[in-house]
Amino acid sequence: MQERKIRGISYTKWGYLFILPFFLTYFIFSAIPLIDTVRYSFFEYYRSGLKEIGPNFVGLKNYISLLSTDLPKYAWNTFIMWILGFVPQIVIALLLASWFTNARIRIRLKQFFKVVIYLPNLIMASAFAMLFFSLFSNSGPVNSILMNLGIVAEPIRFMESTLGARSLVALMNFLMWFGNTTIMLMAAIMGINPAIFEAAELDGCSHRQTFFKITLPQIKPLLTYTLITSLIGGLQMFDVPQILTNAQGSPDRTTMTLIMFLNNHLKSKNYGMAGALSVYLFVISAVLCFFVYKLNMGDDSRERKAAEKRAKKLAKKGGQG
Amino acid sequence: MKKKRLCLVLAMLMLVSMLAACGGGETATGDTPAAEEGKVINIYVWNQEFQEKFNDCYPGVTGTSSDLSVTNLEDGTEVHWIINPNQDGVYQDKLDEALGKQSSAPADEKIDMFLVEADYALKYVDPDVGVAMPISQLGITEADIANQYDYTLEAVTGADGEIRALSYQATPGMLVYRRSIAKAVLGTDEPDAVAEAVADWDAFYETAEKVKAAGYVMYSSTADTYRVYSNNTSAPWVDGTAVVVDQNMMNWVARSKEDTDNGINNNVGGQWTDEWNKDMGPDSRVFCFFLPAWGLSTCIQPNVKDTAAAQDWAVCAAPQAFYWGGTWLVAAAGTDNPEHVKDIMLKMTADTDVLRTLAQEYGEMSNDQPLMDELAQSPEFGIDLLAGQNYLGVLSEGAANISLANVSPYDQGCVEEFQNAFGDYFREATTGVTFEKAKANFETAILERYPELTEVRWPE
Repeated sequence: MQERKIRGISYTKWGYLFILPFFLTYFIFSAIPLIDTVRYSFFEYYRSGLKEIGPNFVGLKNYISLLSTDLPKYAWNTFIMWILGFVPQIVIALLLASWFTNARIRIRLKQFFKVVIYLPNLIMASAFAMLFFSLFSNSGPVNSILMNLGIVAEPIRFMESTLGARSLVALMNFLMWFGNTTIMLMAAIMGINPAIFEAAELDGCSHRQTFFKITLPQIKPLLTYTLITSLIGGLQMFDVPQILTNAQGSPDRTTMTLIMFLNNHLKSKNYGMAGALSVYLFVISAVLCFFVYKLNMGDDSRERKAAEKRAKKLAKKGGQG
Repeated sequence: MKKKRLCLVLAMLMLVSMLAACGGGETATGDTPAAEEGKVINIYVWNQEFQEKFNDCYPGVTGTSSDLSVTNLEDGTEVHWIINPNQDGVYQDKLDEALGKQSSAPADEKIDMFLVEADYALKYVDPDVGVAMPISQLGITEADIANQYDYTLEAVTGADGEIRALSYQATPGMLVYRRSIAKAVLGTDEPDAVAEAVADWDAFYETAEKVKAAGYVMYSSTADTYRVYSNNTSAPWVDGTAVVVDQNMMNWVARSKEDTDNGINNNVGGQWTDEWNKDMGPDSRVFCFFLPAWGLSTCIQPNVKDTAAAQDWAVCAAPQAFYWGGTWLVAAAGTDNPEHVKDIMLKMTADTDVLRTLAQEYGEMSNDQPLMDELAQSPEFGIDLLAGQNYLGVLSEGAANISLANVSPYDQGCVEEFQNAFGDYFREATTGVTFEKAKANFETAILERYPELTEVRWPE
């Protein structure tokens, strides 16, 4: 009798009730639009002037016609601009994080610098891009300073060359995100057991050795996390190049990112094509994430397997000995 | 400006009180619309130009809110201004969205009136689309608008023969040049003499070489000459679902590339940019601009106000006739303020006093042929910017010859994408974009922008 009574009290249903609001809002505001996006990707559906055309079912036509456009080129643009910003970002962030956390070099005003390097992230990306647009325009302050110093005779046309425009985008992405990464890496480094560093010091490790042999392997999970979030953020790169190039992706559409391309379709109210492009983007990001995740975690499991093997060998040896 | 506005308001108040005192019981004059109309008039615009002119000239204005987003009328009605920039089709996007909700919107949120530009006027006056109210439905008769230039009416006449928009301006173009550079290069700044020096393209480029030799630059951006070529094409941009590039546009491409390479122009990326504005400023070495009358007050004036170049300008006929832009007022179908809208349209586009003020205060070429002919002859008419020159004589002939027959609903997209794609080619040295590449880029961009278009045909 008593047993049955106790079994009768269940809090499970309350749990479901409490998480219900999330699932409801998710379903209405995320899941339905998501399914609609996929659904429309199989339709011809756009607006011509003020007249609506479609939706007419066209099967995979949108997907096929997208492949014949410059989609790979835009993917490449996105990748180039991301990597140009990401490499300096992670290097500088690692450097700063290890300096800031190093117990031996006492950096003064640490708190102040932490705030300063984080500041660019607080500015809206579009405002930041606007600022760079006027700074680096042909008659902007950067060019007038360079000309007044006599470094160049003619204004440098930053935004008209592929290298210039891409570098500016990368520079902005770097400036906006290195502070954020630094602070995350600092947290990771401070999470490492200080005993390990002490032991290394006692064993006579150099700074370089400590960094490469202890710090880096210890913060690997967080590095993976940074890489993945940055990769996804990079895929979604939009506001900076959009504002900097006036939505043109100029010059020669070499700063046109995937999302800018998507935005072009949305602007012409071409929901079918935009849907198809979104599905492609989803697949690309899923594959990339899976790949990166495997790469990092795979290493771990391989190491673990190798360690197990070694242990077994040792055990065998021990048995023999 | 504030003082002026205050004066206007005070004067108006006085007038109103005088009228009230004299008229006795006659309170409901013709200007005061019927009482059952909505209290809010929503007007969609893309900049402050019309708003400013309305606030200064419309008889019923009693004041504005401090941020200028609301204009108060004397009968208690509020005019709400909704401003979205024209560039990149933002204005049209927002307008289309709002028009889509027109029938379900509450009365005070309905669009009552919107402005359109020549580049996309056709899109909105299309009777099939049905977003614009024919002016006959508002009760505006042909007699009311008899003085307007014919082309401003023909351009917005739908397939059913109904006129759906009215304009307060005529926009024939002219060559606006700097007197100081004309004196230095040609030895004279007399408009007649300069007109001869730029009488046709051959003469224009002969002069351009002289200007260049003297250390100046003939014109600013390749976008400046664009309209002169695009107005003289033989067919509209779009035929069926194909974009047809006119031979004259390719002539513009060839000429612009040559000019950019030779330093005939200042290699400025486009109009409405910081650099373009600087080229109009007092320190610039750029000789001339291709502008309609509205360009004097909108483009040049703000850049030279209170500087040495404030009166350094004059105008003459351009090497080839052209027009640029033009703003039309459209009554939105479904408006809850038809009487107000009718009154605004009539006052702003067909009232001789208002149009005279626009011409005298703003340098506008108003949409009133007899008035313009009268002012063109008047020795007193002239504006400070041009050191007193009466520019209407230069324009009146052009206004009579404008034809918008080759305008298509796709013009804004074609203009923007064509200039962007070939702009890269003009700056080939830095961008590395070849002629063929630019053609391909234009095809990509225009088909992306208008999904219903299927191909681009280039001239042989």
